[in-house]
Amino acid sequence: MRHRLKALAAAAASVPITLFGLVLVTFLIGRVMPIDPVIAIVGDHAPPDVMARVRLELGLDRPLLVQFGIYLNHLLHGDLGRSVMTSHSVVHDIKQFFPATLELAIVAIFVATVIGIPLGVLAATRQGSRIDTVVRVFCLAGQSVPIFLLGLLCLVIFYVKLGWAPGTGREDVIFAGTIPPVTGLLTIDTLLAGDWDAFHDALAHLAQPAGVLAYFSMAYITRMTRAFMLDALAGEYVITARAKGLSAARVVWRHAFGNISVRLVTVLALTFAGLLEGAVVTETVFSWPGIGQYLTVSLLNADMNAVLGATLVIGISYLLLNLLADAAYTLMDPRVR
Amino acid sequence: MLTRRHLLAATAATPLATIGFAGAAEAKTPRGVAVMAKQIDDIISFDPAEAYEFSNNEVDANVYRRLVAPDPHDNTKIAGDLAKSWTVSPDGTTFTFQLKTNARFPSGKAVTAEDAAYSLQRVVKLNKTPGFIITQFGFTKDNVDSLIHATGPHTLVLKLPAPQATSFVLFCLTANVGSIVEKATAVKHEAAGDMGNGWLKTNTAGAGPYQMVSWAASDHINMTPNPHSGIHVNTPRIVIRHVKDPSAQLLLLQKGDADIVRDLTPDQIKTVAADKNFHITQSPQGSSMYIAMNQTMPELAKPQVIQAIKWAIDYDAIAKNITPNSWVVSQSFLPKGLPGALTTEPFHKDVAKAKALMAEAGLKDGFACTMDYISAAPYGDIAQAVQADLAAIGIKVTLVAGEQKQVITKTRARTHQLAMLVWGTDYFDPNSNAQAFCANPDDSDNSKLKILAWRSHFVDKELTDMVTQATAELDAAKRVAIYTKMQQLSQERAPFAMLLQKISSAELGKGVSGFVIGPLPDYTKYAEIKKA
Amino acid sequence: MSTTTTLPGLRAWLLTDTPASRAQAAWGRRYRIWRDFRANGVAMTGLVTIILLIAAALAAPLLATHNPDAQELTNRLATPSAAHWLGTDELGRDVYSRLLFGGRITLGMVVAVVLMVAPVGLAVGTIAGYLGGMTDRVMMRVTDIFLAFPRLILALAFVAAIHPGISSAIFAIALTAWPPYARLARAETLTIRGTDFIAAIRLTGATTPRIILRHVAPLCLGSLIVRVTLDMSSIILTAAALGFLGMGAQPPSPEWGAMIATARDYMLQQWWVPLMPGMAIFVASLAFNLLGDGLRDVLDPKQR
Repeated sequence: MRHRLKALAAAAASVPITLFGLVLVTFLIGRVMPIDPVIAIVGDHAPPDVMARVRLELGLDRPLLVQFGIYLNHLLHGDLGRSVMTSHSVVHDIKQFFPATLELAIVAIFVATVIGIPLGVLAATRQGSRIDTVVRVFCLAGQSVPIFLLGLLCLVIFYVKLGWAPGTGREDVIFAGTIPPVTGLLTIDTLLAGDWDAFHDALAHLAQPAGVLAYFSMAYITRMTRAFMLDALAGEYVITARAKGLSAARVVWRHAFGNISVRLVTVLALTFAGLLEGAVVTETVFSWPGIGQYLTVSLLNADMNAVLGATLVIGISYLLLNLLADAAYTLMDPRVR
Repeated sequence: MLTRRHLLAATAATPLATIGFAGAAEAKTPRGVAVMAKQIDDIISFDPAEAYEFSNNEVDANVYRRLVAPDPHDNTKIAGDLAKSWTVSPDGTTFTFQLKTNARFPSGKAVTAEDAAYSLQRVVKLNKTPGFIITQFGFTKDNVDSLIHATGPHTLVLKLPAPQATSFVLFCLTANVGSIVEKATAVKHEAAGDMGNGWLKTNTAGAGPYQMVSWAASDHINMTPNPHSGIHVNTPRIVIRHVKDPSAQLLLLQKGDADIVRDLTPDQIKTVAADKNFHITQSPQGSSMYIAMNQTMPELAKPQVIQAIKWAIDYDAIAKNITPNSWVVSQSFLPKGLPGALTTEPFHKDVAKAKALMAEAGLKDGFACTMDYISAAPYGDIAQAVQADLAAIGIKVTLVAGEQKQVITKTRARTHQLAMLVWGTDYFDPNSNAQAFCANPDDSDNSKLKILAWRSHFVDKELTDMVTQATAELDAAKRVAIYTKMQQLSQERAPFAMLLQKISSAELGKGVSGFVIGPLPDYTKYAEIKKA
Repeated sequence: MSTTTTLPGLRAWLLTDTPASRAQAAWGRRYRIWRDFRANGVAMTGLVTIILLIAAALAAPLLATHNPDAQELTNRLATPSAAHWLGTDELGRDVYSRLLFGGRITLGMVVAVVLMVAPVGLAVGTIAGYLGGMTDRVMMRVTDIFLAFPRLILALAFVAAIHPGISSAIFAIALTAWPPYARLARAETLTIRGTDFIAAIRLTGATTPRIILRHVAPLCLGSLIVRVTLDMSSIILTAAALGFLGMGAQPPSPEWGAMIATARDYMLQQWWVPLMPGMAIFVASLAFNLLGDGLRDVLDPKQR
């Protein structure tokens, strides 16, 4: 136990080093982009004297290392610079866009868990049966379909043809700007504001993108649940429980499942980390104003402060979730203890 | 502030209750709100002294007013906007504007000559991207206070350091950069001597019919009427929603979730045109699509090759099949609608003639080169069609796609061979494009004028001189004659194959009317938008 | 006659409990794996589909009905017909022929990425795992940095930083795909390193590079192959996503993702134009997933 805790502490300590590397790589990529950042700010028609002045203002005339040092110094003081695209500070933008992605990912992982785990348990208890095969192919299909195609198909079918779901975006236009942002999670903010119409609207807009993401990430959850479950069902305590004459459902859910739940937490944390990045394409298709879209748009416009900030946020979330998975495994798994 | 509760009170039912008619065209958007779906991710700033993209210029056109504006009945003439009248001294250097007295800012204060003088001085002193439109007349931050000033509460005097064609000066003042900002507001929000630039980036203070109440980048813009403007508006709220995907825009229109959509593809416009519930409004724009041929490449520097390329392209097939309703053939550097533009199209696809020209250039077997183009629609399709056309005369083109800013960065570095690009006129006067496509007084890397001719190493003394000659010509008819001659010379010699001119269109939902697209975003008007 | 007598003979030779040589034992092991695999109908479906896809791509010039680049501007977005089995695209090109030739690009990209990624991942993982200490820490830190990157974003940024095209897309995907291999190989190496048999080899005086190359690396291959097969589907999807975002293969190349990207505007009216390449991507990606899943069952029973 002690050396595991030590390993965990070491993993936590390495996070800043990894982040430093992340910032450095992103910074370098930004500086070799074939887009002149000055053009990104002042446009194509600006006269040379305006461009020269802005180049000076941005400090682009200084050596690369100095520029990086300046950026790092600001970063340590919590200043991520200003985004060209939004005219706001990057910190302000992240506060605005990240919750949208978070909300999407939370709902997606919730749906994926609620469907994926029972499917995995079902497949494990019927190992080798037709149901097992169907579950397997269904999940693999989810992992194989291009998200952008699935998203576009959903829009055509559920929005256009059937009219069951609202269109793209995060909320209906008449609610825009009427809900005071508290948490940034629209479903929660609408409830805090006590506005049921807006809450329904926010949920309805979440359904399609979250559904698409959930289907995509369900495969891994189901697969791991099935594997852990098979493992657990073969364990001695389950055999003992069966011998005691406990009902099959009780054996499966109480004994076997209880035993694998900690390991599943690890799986969920990793899946969630994957979701944050899987959101990039989904957000593009559904015009979801999240961090993924912010990142892509900024990248294509050489808005490097924004790109660095957004990459940092996603990177931090990813690392923390990994750490969480490690911690859950180390601290809670009875087998490790 | 307007809240959603007010809106709901104005409509009979909540929007949720009306979902469900697939393909139904009933306006679902609340009454009194016009919802426009548009790509607005180009916006950087709303400050007229800085704004220089399409979407922000269009918003500013409805939030700010200028001294003068193009005559709505004839775009090539000038009418007063904030100015009631004006006089020009015989030598063409002193302009005296009398301002109307009934225009007011949202604060309720009247627009004064002091506001106007401050706004123009501000443009020169800040010298942001569009600043050159004003500074090109010779204004500097040191002389502008004495040259542009108010001589009475409603009298503004503008003195030019050197004589300029009168229409040239006036058309430049119709551009967004000539917008009049409320001085008191700008001064109140001034920080570190920025003349309110930081605040005006994301807020507005103009005397136009609307004011902007909220903006979220790449998401939405919310506009409500300026209660004191004195201009009647039909719709008490305009919401512009950023919808990147044209398919999604079409959906919103068909489902009644948007009243106006702006970025449909040609095929989608056909679909809308076939549906009698909707109607379409169009206007030619000051944007030209062209292929630049870099003169550092020996093959492309041969006059016959320049001609051969112009004769190889199937302009009509591209316009008719790939870009119906969105780009039309336009083969001179002045797009139609601009004062002085040619109306004839001399080139058409003639493979035999083009091949003969190639042989004459000593390139019977052709050559290979690259062509940079913008990866978005419809440029990709057009680039591929051009690639096939040029292959027919032996020019093997490798396509290189890039984001618009990337292609521009490359052509500014002059490292392209062929490049297919778009150029939008800076202001509604022939000089903008004439200078861009013809003037290259200094081809060195230190040139002060690095626009299109310079970027492709096109050096032509005669054309360069004609540019300056035309801006100083006070006789309007003679000035037009110079531009006619320049366009003809350019078609013969310039390494620019002018292809198409943009047609901007908007698709309006059932019962929606009154939306006016201007020939430049600076002239697009929302005030008449009406929902039945 | 001969087949009926030799096949059972061969099978008996392969399945014998007392192999006469190491080669016979090895072939016997492989045969058992194949026999398990063949019994898995789902995985076999994947394998057969992949073989068909590869065959179709290789025979594209024979199977195609049109020149994939030939434009016919007056016959754009045509519905499927006898002349154009899957219709035509936005420039009047034959979609069926383009799909066939596009298969070469997509599958070629997958092969190229795998050929770059697997050796690099294997090398980094085995070296770090075997040497341990400072080497291990530095190498794994670099691996973590690349793992912490959003994969698609890193690829996008990388392609944007060089220039869009197939070769940069391959590099970009490879750049983002190697870290998991390194991790996997390291984990395997850590268990192998402590075994008696490696200790024995070390006693014979074998050099470290030799031990890593000849003894450690081959033992990591099994799990690596499973991982590669499962990864092929995500390589296809990443390549398609890059193409979809305009950063992969460039027109007029009929790469499947790029085909969707140019056709997505026709999703509502001419749905078949983007749907055809979409289905192609789905089928190829699913086939690799089915195959990989089956391989995992037989090669990596721990995960079963």
